[in-house]
Amino acid sequence: MADPTDRPVRPAVPAARRTRVVLADATRSRTGPGRTRSELAEQTRVGDALVRGLVRAQLALALRLSLVVLIGLGGLPLLFAVAPAVGRARLLGVPLPWLLLGVVAFPFLVAVGWAYVHLAERNEQDFTDLVERPER
Amino acid sequence: MANHFVVPALVAVTLVTVAIGFYGLKLARTTSDFLVASRAVSPTWNAAAIGGEYLSAASFLGIAGLILKYGVDVLWYPVGFAAGYLALLLFVAAPLRRSGAFTLPDFCELRLGSRRLRKLATGFVVFIGWLYLVPQLQGAGLTLTTVTGAPYELGALVVGVVVTANVALGGMRAVTFVQAFQYWLKLTALAVPAIFLILHWQADGRPAVTPPDGPTFRTATTVVVEQAATLTLADGAVIEVRPGDSLSFDAGDPVPAVAGLPGPDGLDWLLPDTAGDDDRGLFATYSLILATFLGTMGLPHVLVRFYTNPDGGAARRTTLVVLAMVGAFYLLPTLYGVLGRIYTPQLLVTGQTDAVVVLLPGAALGDGTLSRLLSALVAAGAFAAFLSTSSGLLTSVAGVISTDVLGRGSVRGFRLATLLAGLVPVLLAFNLRDLDVSQVVGLAFAVAASSFCPLLVLGIWWRGLTDLGAAAGILVGGGAAVGAVLLTVLGPALHGWPATLTAQPAAWTVPLAFTVMVLVSVASRHRAPADVGATMLRLHAPEALRLHVK
Repeated sequence: MADPTDRPVRPAVPAARRTRVVLADATRSRTGPGRTRSELAEQTRVGDALVRGLVRAQLALALRLSLVVLIGLGGLPLLFAVAPAVGRARLLGVPLPWLLLGVVAFPFLVAVGWAYVHLAERNEQDFTDLVERPER
Repeated sequence: MANHFVVPALVAVTLVTVAIGFYGLKLARTTSDFLVASRAVSPTWNAAAIGGEYLSAASFLGIAGLILKYGVDVLWYPVGFAAGYLALLLFVAAPLRRSGAFTLPDFCELRLGSRRLRKLATGFVVFIGWLYLVPQLQGAGLTLTTVTGAPYELGALVVGVVVTANVALGGMRAVTFVQAFQYWLKLTALAVPAIFLILHWQADGRPAVTPPDGPTFRTATTVVVEQAATLTLADGAVIEVRPGDSLSFDAGDPVPAVAGLPGPDGLDWLLPDTAGDDDRGLFATYSLILATFLGTMGLPHVLVRFYTNPDGGAARRTTLVVLAMVGAFYLLPTLYGVLGRIYTPQLLVTGQTDAVVVLLPGAALGDGTLSRLLSALVAAGAFAAFLSTSSGLLTSVAGVISTDVLGRGSVRGFRLATLLAGLVPVLLAFNLRDLDVSQVVGLAFAVAASSFCPLLVLGIWWRGLTDLGAAAGILVGGGAAVGAVLLTVLGPALHGWPATLTAQPAAWTVPLAFTVMVLVSVASRHRAPADVGATMLRLHAPEALRLHVK
């Protein structure tokens, strides 16, 4: 999925940012968190690459967890269809399909959702750390 | 069965809903007041409100009715209705909240900057909203008929008028507290009678759900047929019955088999479809899964509620709580469907299986004050379901009609739009009384999954989406789903594969919508918005960075 738009490449550090220079802070202000942050906001190549990385990580996470549900739940009709013996099995006197679809499916969905919230927040934390860490 | 608790219970629910709505309106007179107020709400309250608005007549009445009728294969309805929130959580919740879009047409304009796409989205919002409103009114008519004996049309009309007037006067303008109250009411209204029903079933000697000789009438029953059907009696005689026909059975008589439903041995009902004899069942199951999993994110009244979260992270946590709350609720309708097989088998003959939730407490527990109180509680819960969902839907539909069709943002315009938006589904509900409540809702999900789901998912995750691609995908995929719905609802009766493909269209319309959207976007890549990088940053950057411009 290549980005079809041709975006003009802007200067890495906009001129307005450089007007207030204090000698003692000079090295930090050029390489510190403020710079990565402004690169995000200004849509430079670096900033763009950072956002692409985040979007890719979050999408990969969402797709991986969808795959878990796709196999865990979506596979059931096929399983019951090709292996009718599974559909006839009983657990605690209740037919297995009723138990799986009527009861177990719901905690399973919540567990996947919980894992997603946890992992997505970790991805965002990683991104925030990357943007805000001092570069040296 | 005259139950003098029912009418007061229904009146009480309606009055409380209207009263809380007007009280909330006094507190918050303008839209921005409302938004500020509701953003102070915790994820738990917000989630209860989303759940309250989401759990509709289809969830409260329809699922149990379908389970009574068709058995294990329709358990995918509750699973899918809950799983829809997982798909929403994984792909949409946080970025959509960060986009700042209030409605789906807003999202179109924010992401792709196209006014024409906005109009198209408006059309689909209105169609889905109406399609989803019809079964709510149907359920209302059915419930009133069942518990008070009033004509079906009266019930649909009463709820239609109450909801339209309430929304037009501003009483239910998406007040979080009302909707949260409705969730807990609905949960209580199913859970408390369920406890008594299980205790009763235990005390009854745990009668089998699928006895080897087929279901039998437990008491002498006179059945008045409501839908034409072909019945096979115990002695093998086949009779045609029409609405109004009356049949009498003694206690212990077997329930006649109804053509087109699982047979008397209960095996079709108890066991899932198997491969080989007929693959249409499997196709329909997967189609249903796809529609419900992906359709939730495209429902107009669901998305509006996400705006009340303070930020993307909160939207995610709220969605997770909704998933848990909705999941907890969906454990209950299955129980009613299964116990209905034992205590209300006559509904299979009358065709009014959607009434099982309302009738079961009375049928199982006999005629006493306790069973009457429980029946009144269930009826009140059902009424809460119609009121909250229809109010949410009507508010969304009227909102887009007044801003995007009538083109004025005034209160007068909104009221006019509400009348317009409320009238159409009431007329439709008069004419469509024989459709299963959950099946119509399933069709609404299929349309949402084939139009707005690809728009949201591609819009949020793919930079290459263009306005042309989005419009083409919505028109082709969503249009195909709309066509299938109209053919199912209004067209001639179909048989075999054409019937399956139109009754459960999602399995072919959703991939079609995605494919068209991607292909046309690639072909028109020069139209991709120039500010897509900034939009992506806005959708995905964590709040902790504080990059967002308010």
